[in-house]
Amino acid sequence: MQAVLRAGLRYLPLLFLALAWEAVTRLNLVDTAALPPLSKVAVAWIDLIRGGELIDNAKASLYRGSVGLLLAIFGGGGLGLLMARWRLLDIFVNPLVELFYPLPKSALIPITVLWLGFGDASKILLIFLGCMIPVTIGAYNGARGSDHALVWSARSMGANRLRMMWDVILPSALPELLNGIRTALALAFILLVSSELIVSQQGFGYLIGYLGATGSYEGMYAVALTVAFLGFAADRIYQLFMQWLLAWRE
Amino acid sequence: MVGQSQIVIEGVNHTYRPPRGRPVLALSDVSLQVQPREFLALLGPSGCGKSTLLYLVGGFLPIEAGRIAVKGKAVTAPGPDRGIVFQHFALFPWKTVRANILYGLERQRMPRTERERRAQAFIDLVGLSGFEDSYPSQLSGGMKQRTAIARTLAFDPDILLMDEPFGALDAQTRALMQTELLNIWNRTPKTVVFVTHDVQEAVYLAQRIAVMSARPGRIKAVIENKVDHRDPSVTRSKEFVEKVDEIWNLVREEAIKAEAKKPDA
Repeated sequence: MQAVLRAGLRYLPLLFLALAWEAVTRLNLVDTAALPPLSKVAVAWIDLIRGGELIDNAKASLYRGSVGLLLAIFGGGGLGLLMARWRLLDIFVNPLVELFYPLPKSALIPITVLWLGFGDASKILLIFLGCMIPVTIGAYNGARGSDHALVWSARSMGANRLRMMWDVILPSALPELLNGIRTALALAFILLVSSELIVSQQGFGYLIGYLGATGSYEGMYAVALTVAFLGFAADRIYQLFMQWLLAWRE
Repeated sequence: MVGQSQIVIEGVNHTYRPPRGRPVLALSDVSLQVQPREFLALLGPSGCGKSTLLYLVGGFLPIEAGRIAVKGKAVTAPGPDRGIVFQHFALFPWKTVRANILYGLERQRMPRTERERRAQAFIDLVGLSGFEDSYPSQLSGGMKQRTAIARTLAFDPDILLMDEPFGALDAQTRALMQTELLNIWNRTPKTVVFVTHDVQEAVYLAQRIAVMSARPGRIKAVIENKVDHRDPSVTRSKEFVEKVDEIWNLVREEAIKAEAKKPDA
């Protein structure tokens, strides 16, 4: 109960922001065409839920996002761990990772569309490519930092190289790997919505663009806030998961 | 002692190659034999390569020149016949005390009920009953090292390699752990190779003491040590004090040399 109260207090500034939003629009301090009152946004949100548009487009977006992110976690995590343990792979792949790291991933949107079209596949590929980088770097740095005494202990107890990878290298890399995945999670939302905004007939980004283009600004705000909330909730849930997985630390 | 030596080290050289900087000859023409169930201390100043020699016996580092054989077989890789205990414990921090101790038994494919029973027996042996489900981060240094020793003893290696195992503990805990180690060794004799830079510790624990020279590490002398390893009060005897003196005289000049060679001492 106390925890709930404390969490409530923590997000109190959001309530003030919402009240201020409502106040400035009701008092006509801003142009209500550019910023509709929050209460009208709420009504539009309920309509979008009732009409099914929000749910349908959410399904499309969440499908793309989760498939792309899962591929990035397994592909990027595996690649990073192998790079840390296998010099030849490291030599070949590390420069690619370095080159790819600062590249604005949204620049790949037209390219993935060119390769895979306007549907799910191009978004999944984009999210996979973009999210892979932080996961790979996290797994690589984490695995490189693993204590050789732990590796040697496991080997002397009869663990073969594959077992050691699973039993020692992966858990040693876990704290940094999980931080990399957290970055990837946020990146997935960014890439998802921006790719859907530009080229799509489905998804959150598409819906925001469509509602904006047709002048339904209340609806546009409703969808944008929904995405913001989902991103926030995903990050909070992920952090709880991380704490649970890393409970052995102190 | 009749029969084959358990560990034979012949003409071993080892060069340490740092990622940056010049290669350093760490071990030069080291030869040494260890008998079955013998407690041997490798004593020397820091940087003399005594830990490197231990890691070579463990199979953790490649043997560049010379030969190391355990029970007549050349060492090529780590194996469960040689258990190791490190200075900084090397416990799996994500595993509980029990899970750490079970790990080696799982790798040996011991049946579940047997390994649970055996793990508990070694938890009791090192006095960690009640801490089975604690994580290493929740334990004191002494308890961590007890866990590490239990983990290594549990999978029953013939040879125990100990790399300054009590070096990270406070003086009181260290003294207690030394006595406990002797008790365990007296009950279940194993071949022990114990690396230390502490002369008193070496005399208190070991039957033979190999004194190593400063870099490059060589075996300077091998001293027989006949003090009574079953008597904890032996440290106050004249015999003990004289032995410590004798060995300290050998070690002192090496320690001075080692200190002079330190780049930023």
